Amino acid sequence: MDGEAKACACSGAAAAPPPHASSIWSRGGWLLVALPAWVGLYMGLKPLADLLTFRVLGLVPGSRLGEAVAFFAFDGPKVLMLLGLVVLGVSFVQTFISPEATRALLAKRTGAWSNLLASLLGIATPFCSCSAVPLFIGFVRVGVPLGATFSFLVSAPMVNEVALFLLWSLFGWRIALLYAATGVAVAFVSGWLIGLLNMERHLEPWVMEIPYEAAAAASTIVGIDRRLELALQATKDIVLKVWPYVLVGIAVGAFLHGYVPAELLARFMGKSAWWSVPLAVLIGVPLYANAAGIIPIVQVLLAKGAALGTALAFMMAVAGLSLPETVILRKVLRPTLIATFLGVVTLGIVIVGYLFNFLM
Amino acid sequence: MKIEVLGSGCAKCKLLAERAEEAARGMGLPYTLVKVTEYPDIVARGVMTTPGLVVDGMLKCQGTVPTVAALQDLLR
Repeated sequence: MDGEAKACACSGAAAAPPPHASSIWSRGGWLLVALPAWVGLYMGLKPLADLLTFRVLGLVPGSRLGEAVAFFAFDGPKVLMLLGLVVLGVSFVQTFISPEATRALLAKRTGAWSNLLASLLGIATPFCSCSAVPLFIGFVRVGVPLGATFSFLVSAPMVNEVALFLLWSLFGWRIALLYAATGVAVAFVSGWLIGLLNMERHLEPWVMEIPYEAAAAASTIVGIDRRLELALQATKDIVLKVWPYVLVGIAVGAFLHGYVPAELLARFMGKSAWWSVPLAVLIGVPLYANAAGIIPIVQVLLAKGAALGTALAFMMAVAGLSLPETVILRKVLRPTLIATFLGVVTLGIVIVGYLFNFLM
Repeated sequence: MKIEVLGSGCAKCKLLAERAEEAARGMGLPYTLVKVTEYPDIVARGVMTTPGLVVDGMLKCQGTVPTVAALQDLLR
């Protein structure tokens, strides 16, 4: 057995285990208090932000600094509050969905259907890039086609439900739907192509050689209180991880909002600059950020005249591909397959970017 | 009691190891904690999502970080 072994001969005072009774409070009763409080605070954000900016800080309405500060004071808390609510709801629903169930659905499929199904399941299945290797092997070893496995690996981080709800609440359902459809399309086509290329021999040998037996689903989660507890925990984890990105994104946004003329950004990221799509994707691919963290930046880019296709392509590149995930996947994929994976997905994102700049 | 935490070393894995230790100590149980960090060893246990918790060879949970109270139920 690898890993550090830590022997402990601790035998502290035997404390009685805390009572684990589930009250109405823990079964969701607290939501009856928390939700109205959330709504009240959310509705009051705009007046509060204006009060803070123009009364407390004494900035002049209409001035550059005043507008930038008011934007930040309103948008920062707004996006964080939306994020918290969305993640809570989504995490709760996700306690009913597991990668094991997704795998069982995919294991018997072949051909393009398996890719389509994997791309769609990737939207809702909980996925953390730190589990990418065990998940990859778990899929491949029970007979999920290699191409479908890749479709899932592309779709899961890129088209996740948190990103979709945030896009919806900030930009409307059209853009959210557009992002979902094109993200699924990129995942579908990339996985399908990789499947056609028969690249099984470009896996690291240990992937197929190691003795593997899928574990029986461990400790199925039961009870509303337990699900809510897990959802709250996930919300805390994600919000704590993402808030710096969100605030930096909005601070950049506030600065642009107050100080930078729209024409400047439009010149670099507008439709007329043909090279803006590949450039945005090349910048986005190595970057690592949760899809939720990149949305405030996209918001600013769009508001300041960036073309929709360019902004969506940037977001897909950041959320879907990253340097750390590539390094992790190198443990199971040989360089040829890694390069094919990166190349196909990058190309797909660039095509999506151009398509939207052309159509819209 | 042998507690194994399966995971390559992400934040969640560290948190699970801390909580498992806290839970075992709180119950006054003698225990050994092993962190299984190499992928082949993790995969050999059949888990797909990390962190995983194995107690005396039995997989108890995977992909989640239960609270200390919930972990004490799993260790019992």
